[in-house]
Parts: sequence; C-alpha cells; structure tokens
Amino acid sequence: MLYSDKVMDHFNNPRNVGVIADADGVGEVGNPVCGDMMKISIKIEDDRVEDIKFQTLGCGAAIATSSIVTEMARGMTLEQAVSITKKQVADELDGLPPAKMHCSILATDGLKAAVDDYLLKNGRDPISGGLAHDDPNFDPHAVEPDEACDVEE
Amino acid sequence: MSTYDSRVYLDNAATTRLDERVLEAMLPHMTQTWGNPNSLYSTGREAYTALESVREQVATAIGAAHPNEVIFTSGGTESDNAALLGIVPRKAPHGGHVIVSAFEHHAVLEPAHALEKRGYAVTLLAPREDGHIHPDDLSAAMRDDTALVSIMHGNNEIGTLQPITELARVAHDRGALFHTDAAQTLGKVPFDVDDLGIDAASFSAHKIYGPKGVGVLYLKRGTPFDPLIKGGGQEFKKRSGTQNVAGAAGFATALELMLADLETEGPRLAALRDQVIEGVISRLENTVATTTAEPRMPNIASLLIKGVEGEAMLLQLDAQGIAVSTGSACSSGSLEPSHVLLSIGCPPEIAHGSLRISLGRFTTQADIDRFLEAFPPIVERLRSMSPVYEKMYGSPAR
Repeated sequence: MLYSDKVMDHFNNPRNVGVIADADGVGEVGNPVCGDMMKISIKIEDDRVEDIKFQTLGCGAAIATSSIVTEMARGMTLEQAVSITKKQVADELDGLPPAKMHCSILATDGLKAAVDDYLLKNGRDPISGGLAHDDPNFDPHAVEPDEACDVEE
Repeated sequence: MSTYDSRVYLDNAATTRLDERVLEAMLPHMTQTWGNPNSLYSTGREAYTALESVREQVATAIGAAHPNEVIFTSGGTESDNAALLGIVPRKAPHGGHVIVSAFEHHAVLEPAHALEKRGYAVTLLAPREDGHIHPDDLSAAMRDDTALVSIMHGNNEIGTLQPITELARVAHDRGALFHTDAAQTLGKVPFDVDDLGIDAASFSAHKIYGPKGVGVLYLKRGTPFDPLIKGGGQEFKKRSGTQNVAGAAGFATALELMLADLETEGPRLAALRDQVIEGVISRLENTVATTTAEPRMPNIASLLIKGVEGEAMLLQLDAQGIAVSTGSACSSGSLEPSHVLLSIGCPPEIAHGSLRISLGRFTTQADIDRFLEAFPPIVERLRSMSPVYEKMYGSPAR
C-alpha cells in the first residue's frame, strides 16, 4: 500500500488545521472505535464558505483527505460544497489506496454536516441530502476495495 | 548500523537483516556444493552431505532426538500450515476437535479455519488480560476428541511467552498432540523441544538474521502426518521439492549465532526494551505498556498510545527514518485493529493507537535515544490535531 506524494504532503503539512472559534457551522463525523473521527468548522458569508478548519483523529489518509477537502471547499457556494464527492477528493490527492477510499467519505461527510448545521441554525432546510455516516446500513469497512475505486456518486 | 544507512530499524519482529556471517555460510552451497542432494553421483552426494550436516546441527540446537525430525520448509507460514493441515486429518481422519489460541499468527489461524470448513470443530482459546494463555483455561477447553493443540511460544505483537511445557502436558494428558509456533522465540529465549515435550514446532530463518524463504518444521518421530507439499518425497517424504541447501545452511548458521549470544543478548535487549517503555511513558501522558507480565520476550516493547492512530505515528516516524510497527487497522488495510490486542481485552479505540517496537542484534543505544527524541513531538502534534483528545482524555495535548 503506497500513498501518493500529494497524500503524504497533505498528511505531513496539513492545511487549515484547527477550530474556528465563532464558527457558523460545525460538522462532526466518525467514531473513535473505527479509528477515525473528524470535525469541520466553517464560516459562511453570502452562502459561500469564507473560512474552514478541521481537526482529525485518524490515519494518514484520514488527515490528508480532511486537509484537501478544506482547500477544495474554501470559496465554494454551499451547494457546491455539499456536492463534493469522495471520488473528487481522492482524485484531488492523485488517488488513494483502495482500502483507504472510505477515508474520503469521512471528509465529504464532515463538510456536509457542517453546511447542514449552518443552515439549520439559520432556520433553513438542510441541503446535503444526508450523510453516509447517518445511514444505518452504511459500513465504510464493508466497501469492497475494488468497488470503492470505481464508485461514482 | 551506519555501514548500511542512517535509518533506525525497530521492527525486528517483522524481519531481520541477514547477518554477513550467515551469508558467508550460504554462498559455497550456491556455487560449489550446488548439486541436487537427491542425486547419486558425487556432485549430488556433496550437496547431500552438506544438507545432512546442517540438519544435524539444527537438530542438536533445538534438542531434537533425531536429525530426521528436522524438516526444512519455505518458512514459518509453511511450517504452521503443514503442522495443522498435516497432523490433524491424519490424527483424526473422521473428524474431531482442534484448539488454537485466539492470538496466533494468521499462519495458524487460517489453516485452523480451513479445518473448520472441512468439518473439524475449532476452539479459539482466549489469553488472559495479561497476555498469557493459562494451562487451566486450556484444560477446560479440552475435549475427548481434541486432536491437536497449537499455541504459539512468543506472541509476535505483545511479546508474552506461553508456558509451553505445562500446556503440552495438558494436551497430552487428554490424548491430543501439541504444536507451537516458535518463529518469534527461537534463538532469543531457551527452546528445547525435548524439555518442552512438544510434538511439532515451526521456525523461521529470517527472524534470526537468516534468509527469507527458509524455515523448519520440527516433527517428533512417530507423529501422524500427511505432507502438505507432495511430489518427489524429499525430506523423509514429509516435504517434497529439491532442498534449498544454501537456505538450510543459512538457517543452521543463523541459529548457531543466536545461541552463541543468547546469554548476553537477552539482558542487553531487555534493558533497551525497558528504556523504550519507561522512556515513552515518562515523556507522554496517556500511554501504557500493553503488558509487562512476565515471562515475555526481551526484544518486544508493545505500547498503547491513547488518542492517536497508529498508522499516523508510523508514517511520521518513517519520515524521520525510524521503522516501527502498529496493530492499528489502518496500517494493514484490513480495517480491523489487531486481533491480538482485541483478544486480551484491549478496546478497539485504544488498539488503533498501538505501537510495537522490536529490537534486535543491530539495535544500539543510539537507536533508542533517537526514537525517544523523535517520538513525543509526533504524538503531541497528532493529539493536538484530534477533535476528541481533550474530550476523551480530559486535558489538552501537551
């Protein structure tokens, strides 16, 4: 199992680490029992992601996907942010090992949860369409490695 | 170490560097005594003589009564497979029961599962929380139809040593045979098949500064056995295939070198191991040794670093040229944390932060110093990035 240079770069020098103190939305996903947990906080202005920070407990891929998703989402509209797919995250990192594809779901879910949290706090309807992690049938570990590579969302 | 490179290798339970002296012992058998030991002419006979001489050397070193109890194989995994799949169907052709410990290497667990699929009943015997298999627990698990008990000598992840003599006696008292996987312990702690009273044992050359792809299955004379590898009937009809004479010679020399240093290496490595454990625990809060219950191997330090994921630690250490191992799910691609840690009651969220540092012949004090200097900042940094460290462990990462 080998990580791309870009994964290693984002793992060793993660961007946007931390918590936004007066965040407009916060998303927290994952479970320490599974070994990974992520928290994203966002600042919204004119329905665009103005600022974004993350904290992640997890492996190299979990940290790298968290880092890249904050870079991708910055400046996006809320609709654009919640439509980032796990494949886009993986592609942006020049690929992920098959067994690590589920890490990118953590990143996209964290972002979706943060956006929905912002909308709900402002009396608006959530737009993410739900998190993979909220689906009772969702088991990232059950994703077949070969399948995970090709899944389009 | 510096003659090779400046990296710090602390994963000697995974594999070891071939000792130059072992290489020296192997080379003549590739270019001089290169014949087929099964050929009758002189070129073959020379290879035969060489092979039988190293076989005798190994037999003596492990306390085997007869040289033909030493069967050369392709490694520890083959030896384990051959022991389980070779002994059980012959000992209990009409079905029966097999006991293996729950924290065996996969080279034992998978053949046990294969036997289960063939209709044998298999019990996974759990270790106690201190990481040892207790003879009373084995006694309670034994059945009248138990054909084979396989319990490893030294656990490869946590380093505990099992009471093989007592366990073998329990098995024998109920008419079962006893096998032990001793890949981690041969040459590191005293190991004598006669003293231990076992019927079969597995060994590997590359764990003791020998070549990869070479192992031994010790099979006591008279033990029922069907060969796993069938063919020309080499190795007393127990393992077919033209023998790897150079590899066998490498195994014998590697073992001889281990035994020559056994008395001094044990205490030296145990002292370094304790430095690792105490050094980490004193420098970092929320860290603990997986077990310190004796008896255990002198060269394995197993630590639980709470609130950090193992692969992340491993990669950060690697970036500084330090090689270690972890039982975290993410490092293996298996997505489940180590079955060894779970078997001793370690919760998954803590098992994800396990770290194994395994020392060896080429490990120096300077290596340990470098590890202890590099490691704490890595953990502190990763903990500071965690969304739950403070919540779970009550204080901000130092």
